Amino acid sequence: MFSRAYKTIVTAPPLLWVTVFLLIPYLLMFCYSFWSVSPAQTIVHSWDLANYRTLFRVNVYWQTLLRSMWIAARVTIFSLLLGYPLAYFLSFYAGKRKDLFYQLVIIPLWVSYLVRAYAWKTILGSDGVLNTLLQYVHFTKHPLEFLLYSPFAVVLTLTHIYTPFAFLPIYAALEHIPRNLVEASHDLGATPAQTFWKVIFPLSIPGVVAGATFAFVLSLGDFLAPLLLGGPSGIMISNIVVSLFGAAYNWPLGAAISLCMLALVVSLLFLSERLEKKWSFS
Amino acid sequence: MELLVIGGLSPIPRSRWLLAHAVVVFAFLYLPVVVLILYSFNGEGVGGFPPRHLTLDWYRVLFQDAPIWDSVFNSLQVAFAAMVISLTFGVPAALALDRAQFPGKVLFRRLVLLPLILPGIITGLSLLMLFNVAGTKLSLLTIVLGHGTALISVATTEVFAGLQKLDRAQEEASLDLGANYWQTFWRITVPNLKLPIIGAALLIFTLSMDEIAVSFFLIGRDNTLPLEIWGRLRRGITPEINAVSTIIFVFSLVAIVIWYRLRVRGGGGDRDAAGTEIAEAAEGDLA
Repeated sequence: MFSRAYKTIVTAPPLLWVTVFLLIPYLLMFCYSFWSVSPAQTIVHSWDLANYRTLFRVNVYWQTLLRSMWIAARVTIFSLLLGYPLAYFLSFYAGKRKDLFYQLVIIPLWVSYLVRAYAWKTILGSDGVLNTLLQYVHFTKHPLEFLLYSPFAVVLTLTHIYTPFAFLPIYAALEHIPRNLVEASHDLGATPAQTFWKVIFPLSIPGVVAGATFAFVLSLGDFLAPLLLGGPSGIMISNIVVSLFGAAYNWPLGAAISLCMLALVVSLLFLSERLEKKWSFS
Repeated sequence: MELLVIGGLSPIPRSRWLLAHAVVVFAFLYLPVVVLILYSFNGEGVGGFPPRHLTLDWYRVLFQDAPIWDSVFNSLQVAFAAMVISLTFGVPAALALDRAQFPGKVLFRRLVLLPLILPGIITGLSLLMLFNVAGTKLSLLTIVLGHGTALISVATTEVFAGLQKLDRAQEEASLDLGANYWQTFWRITVPNLKLPIIGAALLIFTLSMDEIAVSFFLIGRDNTLPLEIWGRLRRGITPEINAVSTIIFVFSLVAIVIWYRLRVRGGGGDRDAAGTEIAEAAEGDLA
């Protein structure tokens, strides 16, 4: 029913914009990753794999990448452990208060990310809220130093930030489960535990996969929380990229690392999409 | 216990644990927010327990702090311009995905939605390279282009969800009765999509006000508010940052409550559906 002209008019402008501001920049990043920097600090347009070789040969790069993935994995696990039971509680037990609780989960999402990371810093610091509280109640004499400037602080803060992201798709998946399935399982004599593990949990897997992907991908690329709270042992791969684009001035190497992250993220998205399809009913 | 019986299930002993777990998670989610707000009134600085000498001094300092208000003004301008760009391209993109077939449509859909899930550093850096190659000087304009591009995804998901519920017959009738596409678009399509569009606009505005990862790489001489705060965090922290964050939080909260009410109304009063849609929007699920 829509004419060719209509379709062209709605398609062409966004297509053009997306090409210029998304597709071309990604391609440019791809090109940069093969170039190099001359001693005179100019970009040399030589096409070789030197940056990728550096990435795999120099320990600090691949070790930091692995450590970032380990941090992201811990954030993912904790977000799911916090988010899943919460979503399950809201969906099945919160009754009339469901709406209120739901909004309560969403609200912290809208306090600026930076500000929440900063708030954790004021809580965890050696003269911060937590340490002075612990001294106040005579739990400890000296401030606990491991709380701030450690991978612990980064994992804690990122878990705080990404738990609602893990919660949302899980909650959506649980809400989509037809309630008569649960009743049928109950009527046929299944125990609550059996109903959960044989009916509810399998049907919520697409949500779990989506939530896990969110938490993992977004925390993997984070660089502000590690800068604020990580200290030297909490450095993540994006921090290296930031320094390569800043003081260290090696854009091509930075582009190569970014591209590896991009490839990792995109393949995870494809994987999670396939897993979600595989496990979805309807 | 009444709370635990509702929902068509018999009471399960584990529900007590679930309730306790929920309380713990909420405490974890709200602890930093409460600390942030509480210590904005603390005369003794950002740390220390218990908070002492409650005062409004930090708010007074804040109101005389010109650089902060300059950055707030910059952020408002950026958020408004980004909102215009995202809607200008995001609404047609949703229409295109809904109604047109063209080569590369799948790639286009994925590209549009990618910034929703991609870490901001990649979006920021790839645009930095573009502006570098094009010789564009970094300024608030480059941040606007960055936010505008990244947030098209939000406009597209919201409007696409609205289009799925739209009654095609109305548009068909309008065209049959002799209205042209332009008239049909403005008189039928847009009014029917009013709620998703307003919702998207609020969401984009709030997200842009808070955005830092993309702005971090595209910043010129003038700071946005998050970058101004970032700069101060590195110099040493005072409750003034708590104060400005508290004010922004209150404003975001109002915007989000309005957005949520709109979504609930847009869903025809179906509150659960609204919740699910937000999750789906967050998921970028346009299959």
